[in-house]
Amino acid sequence: MAVDADRIPRVAPAPAGLLEKVMSNRHFLGLLFMLPAAALLLLFLTYPLGLGVWLGFTDTRIGRDGVFIGLENFEYLLDDTVFWLSVFNTILYTVVASILKFGLGLWLALLLNQHMPCKAFFRAIVLLPWVVPTVLSAIAFWWIFDAQFSILSWALREMGLIDANINFLGDKWNARWSVIAANVWRGIPFVAISLLAGLQTIPQSLYEAATLDGTTPWQRFRYITLPLLTPIIAVVMTFSVLFTFTDFQLIYVLTRGGPINATHLMATLSFQRAIPGGFLGEGAAIATAMIPFLLSAILFSYFGLQRRRWQHGGQD
Amino acid sequence: MAVTDTTQTPKPDRSGDEGGMLYLNRLPRRIVTVYLPLGIFVFVLLFPFYWMAITSVKPNHQLTDYDNYSPFWVVEPTLDHIKYLLFETSYAGWLWNTMLVAVASTFLSVICAVLAAYAIERLRFQGSRMVGVCIFLAYLVPPSILFIPLALLVFKFGIYDTHWALILTYPTFLIPFCTWLLMGYFRSIPYELEECALIDGATRLQILTRIILPLSVPGLISAGIFAFTLSWNEFIYALTFIASSENKTVPVGVLTELVRSDVYEWGSLMAGALLGSLPVVILYSFFVEHYVSSMTGAVKE
Repeated sequence: MAVDADRIPRVAPAPAGLLEKVMSNRHFLGLLFMLPAAALLLLFLTYPLGLGVWLGFTDTRIGRDGVFIGLENFEYLLDDTVFWLSVFNTILYTVVASILKFGLGLWLALLLNQHMPCKAFFRAIVLLPWVVPTVLSAIAFWWIFDAQFSILSWALREMGLIDANINFLGDKWNARWSVIAANVWRGIPFVAISLLAGLQTIPQSLYEAATLDGTTPWQRFRYITLPLLTPIIAVVMTFSVLFTFTDFQLIYVLTRGGPINATHLMATLSFQRAIPGGFLGEGAAIATAMIPFLLSAILFSYFGLQRRRWQHGGQD
Repeated sequence: MAVTDTTQTPKPDRSGDEGGMLYLNRLPRRIVTVYLPLGIFVFVLLFPFYWMAITSVKPNHQLTDYDNYSPFWVVEPTLDHIKYLLFETSYAGWLWNTMLVAVASTFLSVICAVLAAYAIERLRFQGSRMVGVCIFLAYLVPPSILFIPLALLVFKFGIYDTHWALILTYPTFLIPFCTWLLMGYFRSIPYELEECALIDGATRLQILTRIILPLSVPGLISAGIFAFTLSWNEFIYALTFIASSENKTVPVGVLTELVRSDVYEWGSLMAGALLGSLPVVILYSFFVEHYVSSMTGAVKE
């Protein structure tokens, strides 16, 4: 409609050139405006995504083009205990870290939603771990987890809780819990601040009405806060699970997959096989193996929580 | 004060998660349920930064000597680690590289994203909804799946080990994010403004630059600083696509060049981590609200 209005005064002068006509066509113009973004994304995102899957079926190495070898890479990985260990680690890492991030993040969001002095200030500093480059804060954790001079070991020893230094990154399970702790530390702010934004959209009157009806705080949380927060929890946790599952930086800094592959995630194993190892095909196969896990994680957390939102929407 | 509450609810009021009924909570209870946990959270979240800062100014003999010096404080602070970092390593060059790459890729991404978001949200060309969904899905593709094929691509294009390798690949995660964010902002601008301009004979490009962009400055700032932070913090692409020391970015440089296998120089490592974090922290402190709104805005859409 607006486009038609645009043309009316120009009917009289005849040379309404083809160019002008095309330039006021919103379909054409839309495509033109999409062009830079589409070109970059197709070239550097869509194409590599396909290329990556294709590489998984070849024996490409660094400096040598590969040939199609079918499922050989995947068959090799099926018998590879290190690969299965990395799958186990990735799932453990994702599940434990996501649950902790969700629980602690929600708690922090509820705390920050209280009325208190300097609220904005607290909200600002809480987000800091998320703003600082992961690699650099991971280096700080590396120092905190140092085998000999760990400040944590020192503090616990001073308190008389332990006798000897904890070998945070040298022992299999210690290392796993340590990297999970560092990941949770970095992930809490994102979850907390996003959920806080969701909390602030819940009308106060609901709580007031519920209080007058004699509900306990737990009931108010369970039957008001949680259902109204579910849609945003779904999105936040989908993102959180996704980024935890594909995490690379933290592990690469803290342990590089050690000790004895105990903390290798699929992403770090894929990097190690492909770049320092030179087996691009095999690395790509590991990366490709992550895709089904990712899709199912997205579908599970998205639809699992989406359905509950819909149910709740029916009650409104 | 809490009488009304306790008469109605037999259980003790553990958390008052609602500000309007603040008067129902007494102060001592609030200390236990709110301030104490919050204090622990803040302490845990900030301690690594304190530890980073205090380590970077400790002289070497105090660094590991916890028996004679309190580890939480520093006597005779020194700037030696920072001096060493700036003048005897390539650290200043890495800072420059990171800045260059972050600024360039942010500009590139924001320009592409403005055009794309306007096209999807306002021109509504055929299939624009589909494109919008694809943009969102593109945001979900993690770099750890893409870096191997991208490395091959970067090599084939002959931009391996140059700034271009990073400037051109960072938009893969920046454009989807910025587009998604800006679509939300553009949606909030009334259509009528645009229709008026069309009747007055403005072209679409004029509408975009004269009407839409000035009205969405907060959105542009949010997208810009967020994109800048994301590209400043990027690691896996920078690690894979850059080989020579003088082209590295800060996160990669600190990790690969400052860490020597035999002796960890914790002082200069921590100084490197601290200095590398400062630019984004400073930017963050100026634009806290924009950060929060872009983070939550992207999630809420």
